[in-house]
Amino acid sequence: MIEVQSLTKRFGPIVAVDNVSFTVGRGEVLGFLGPNGAGKSTTMRMIAGFLTPTSGSAKVCGFDVLEQPIEVKARIGYLPEGAPLYADMTPKSFLAFVAAARGYRGDEAKRRIHAAAEETQIFTVFDRPIDTLSKGYKRRVGLAQALLHDPEVLILDEPTDGLDPNQKHEVRSLIREMAPHKTTVISTHLLDEVSAVCTRAIVIAGGRLVIDSTPEALEARSRLHNAISLKLSGLSLADARRDLATVPGVGAVDALETAEAGIALRLYAEGGRPIITEVSRFVHARGWAVEEIHVEQGQLDEVFREITTGQG
Amino acid sequence: MRGMRNVYVVFRREFAAYFTTPLAYVFLVVFLALAGALTFYIGNFFEREQADLEPFFTFHPWLYLFLIPAISMRLWAEERKTGTAELLLTLPISIPEAVLGKFFAAWAFTAVALALTFPIWISVNVLGRPDNGVIVAGYLGSFVMAGAFLAVGSCMSALTKNQVIAFVLACAACFLFILSGTPLVLGFAQSWLPQVLVDAVASFSFLTHFNAIKKGVIDLRDVVFLASLITLFLFANVVLVDLKKSA
Repeated sequence: MIEVQSLTKRFGPIVAVDNVSFTVGRGEVLGFLGPNGAGKSTTMRMIAGFLTPTSGSAKVCGFDVLEQPIEVKARIGYLPEGAPLYADMTPKSFLAFVAAARGYRGDEAKRRIHAAAEETQIFTVFDRPIDTLSKGYKRRVGLAQALLHDPEVLILDEPTDGLDPNQKHEVRSLIREMAPHKTTVISTHLLDEVSAVCTRAIVIAGGRLVIDSTPEALEARSRLHNAISLKLSGLSLADARRDLATVPGVGAVDALETAEAGIALRLYAEGGRPIITEVSRFVHARGWAVEEIHVEQGQLDEVFREITTGQG
Repeated sequence: MRGMRNVYVVFRREFAAYFTTPLAYVFLVVFLALAGALTFYIGNFFEREQADLEPFFTFHPWLYLFLIPAISMRLWAEERKTGTAELLLTLPISIPEAVLGKFFAAWAFTAVALALTFPIWISVNVLGRPDNGVIVAGYLGSFVMAGAFLAVGSCMSALTKNQVIAFVLACAACFLFILSGTPLVLGFAQSWLPQVLVDAVASFSFLTHFNAIKKGVIDLRDVVFLASLITLFLFANVVLVDLKKSA
């Protein structure tokens, strides 16, 4: 549904996006990750037809962004970074404008505006100037605008930025709900969002595509992947460390900050292979009192840091 | 068909936008007050004892010089500044459609301002028996000239995201178009340029073309000049907006 081929964008001497290629299919939710200024927004702007690529091509639903821009724009629901809106309009008049621009009239336009407003829950502020709305509501009006024509392709630049935790949850549920019938690209620097909604993750750093993988595979790159956090009581830290290090599959054993009564440890898995069975059997055989035990998934932010800065 | 609809969609939004801010009302009051004051005090509307609106129309180019850039400055600069350009240009609306929609909205707004000067037209009809054909021609000429100022202003607005800069650029550009018909420039040009070139310089002036129209003489050449100027600057406007995409 989206095919990006060697997309490059230069602003004078600065290469903002450098030879980026990927394709996204129907039903996929692609998470666009990268530090600020990595080229995420620039890439999305080129796909949405706001910026012209220096070289390379982008196709949406088979239409080339440069050759048939109107066909492409008709199929994309786009939320620009920061969700810019006409401040002097009300959500109602703004959505009416977008509906008209998308070619809807009369009852069809009304129905679409109503549906989009319902999905994003903006009815309470429908007749207030956008100027006076909170950041969360503005973002939702921006989303409503992107969803109005039930587009085949959704491109959302930081859709949950500035929302409170409840609103974030709602927006993510909305994206998950719609995702099976659409091709979705979202950019974010919130890594929990990637695990929450994305089926695929692309990491961009310095304008280059460095990783194209699933959120799970990204987590697996973490040193913490399949590591075990363990809280024990009734034995000394030194003993526990020494003994646990002998369990097959366990790499390093770190002491975490000591709990009041007892000790806390983290056992790293060698090569990220699951070690929970071995460890629990071992602890059980020793008859140690376990207060807490759980398996770590791996932390995306650690992996992210490693990839984008080249250090762990 | 679809193209015209899109122009209309943009037009409607832009036209309504003028009236949601105080700008529209401030503009209308200032325009009407100045047009009235200039006509009566400097134009000596009563003392002339002639039933026509020449003193009224004479000041239009000078009024437009400052007031039209005030209308046109926001057209593109504001969209760039607030980021809504990204919204507008990713809707399935082409750049020429957006440029035309905005231009017509601003032009329709100046039509409202001009229409609100109707009391002076009533006055002159009460006081004497003017040639209303000449007055209609004057209004039409003034309207078309406002369109030319607006096209220049809209184009300047596409150059920058700063509305003040857009305003100053538009004033400067419009000033050149007015000035090229004044004795100041023509006298200077006459001293060292052949007459053909002097005429060419003069022919670029809004004044030269408007002076004929306001006297009720609608010459095709004057209309063609203003229409081509509008077309030229709107075309430049489209090119500028398109260039910003690849900048």
